[in-house]
Amino acid sequence: MASVVQNFMKLFRGSSGGSETTTPAQASQKLTRRSSGLGEAARSWDTEQTLCILDLGATSAANIRYFTERGHKIYSEDLLTASTEPSLITKDDQGNTVLDSRRFLADNLVYPAAHFDVVLCWNLPDYLDESLVKPVVGRLWSVLKPGGMLLAFFHTRDAGPDSPCYRFHIISPDTLEMQRIVLRKETRRGQTGAVPTAVSDGFRLQRVFNNRHIENLFRDFISIKFFLARDNVREVLVGR
Amino acid sequence: MAMPVSGELAQLGKSVVIKGELSGSEDLYVDGQVEGSITLKGNNLTVGPNGQVKANVEAKGVVVQGKLEGNIHASDRVELRKAASVTGDVTTQRISIEEGAYLKGKVDIQKLEGKPEAKAAPAK
Repeated sequence: MASVVQNFMKLFRGSSGGSETTTPAQASQKLTRRSSGLGEAARSWDTEQTLCILDLGATSAANIRYFTERGHKIYSEDLLTASTEPSLITKDDQGNTVLDSRRFLADNLVYPAAHFDVVLCWNLPDYLDESLVKPVVGRLWSVLKPGGMLLAFFHTRDAGPDSPCYRFHIISPDTLEMQRIVLRKETRRGQTGAVPTAVSDGFRLQRVFNNRHIENLFRDFISIKFFLARDNVREVLVGR
Repeated sequence: MAMPVSGELAQLGKSVVIKGELSGSEDLYVDGQVEGSITLKGNNLTVGPNGQVKANVEAKGVVVQGKLEGNIHASDRVELRKAASVTGDVTTQRISIEEGAYLKGKVDIQKLEGKPEAKAAPAK
């Protein structure tokens, strides 16, 4: 699986000069999309019971409002931004530049076991550095309660390497508003920084997972459900 | 929207560094560094764009434009401006978060007894 993923990464790196810039108009533009995966997950939080929800996307006031209005507890942790921390950069046994996953997990996703009912990953796995993906999914398995669920979005190959990274705002049980993420100055690392493939002002798609890769990534979970969307995105709802 | 100023305002400039317990009965603007705890019951705290606060904060209202590491307990409201970076749990009645603000922690919206249900304010 790793070689296939690396080939995709090479393909993507080679096909773009990485010089794309986002105009202010693009950054502020909000797109609306239907989400079957979200709709399915939403059935679980339409309950009197207080749920513990972890949002791993860029901080969203809309999501905080959405869940707190329903009496749930929400935790916000922007893992993608956290992964741009320069001190995470290290070398592996072959001398390749990687991010230190142990250090990353010592500072992030530090919660008691079986703490959350729902984890909203959004498109995190597609944009997270290769060295962090599996360790992060492993940690998410441990902080999810048995019976809990995780929602993640994966691009299909047709989406293309320059697919912008979005922040997701929940505006109804099956509708999302998407806003292109523009990195703050201090998180723009360029080619020598912690996000080797980042374009000048946003996160860059790192790879494309096919269905088998996704099943393999979540093999410790008990169920997995795929929803193919029109915008070249595969939504995945995983049960712990 | 600016936090309403109630009475006097004390200011800590960006060259000021304080370690220890900070408490008072007037609004406080911190543009320097504070490490310890800040207690302003009934008054407001503003962390300016250069402010770096490592402290648990208890106040009526808290506006963050800079960096704050610690738990925030605000009896009224919390505002995270676009350059804000907050690491810690937030307990308040109302919260507004501008696009670009960074928050790592739990948000607990507490309802005030005898009043309609408090809601998180929309992003600006």
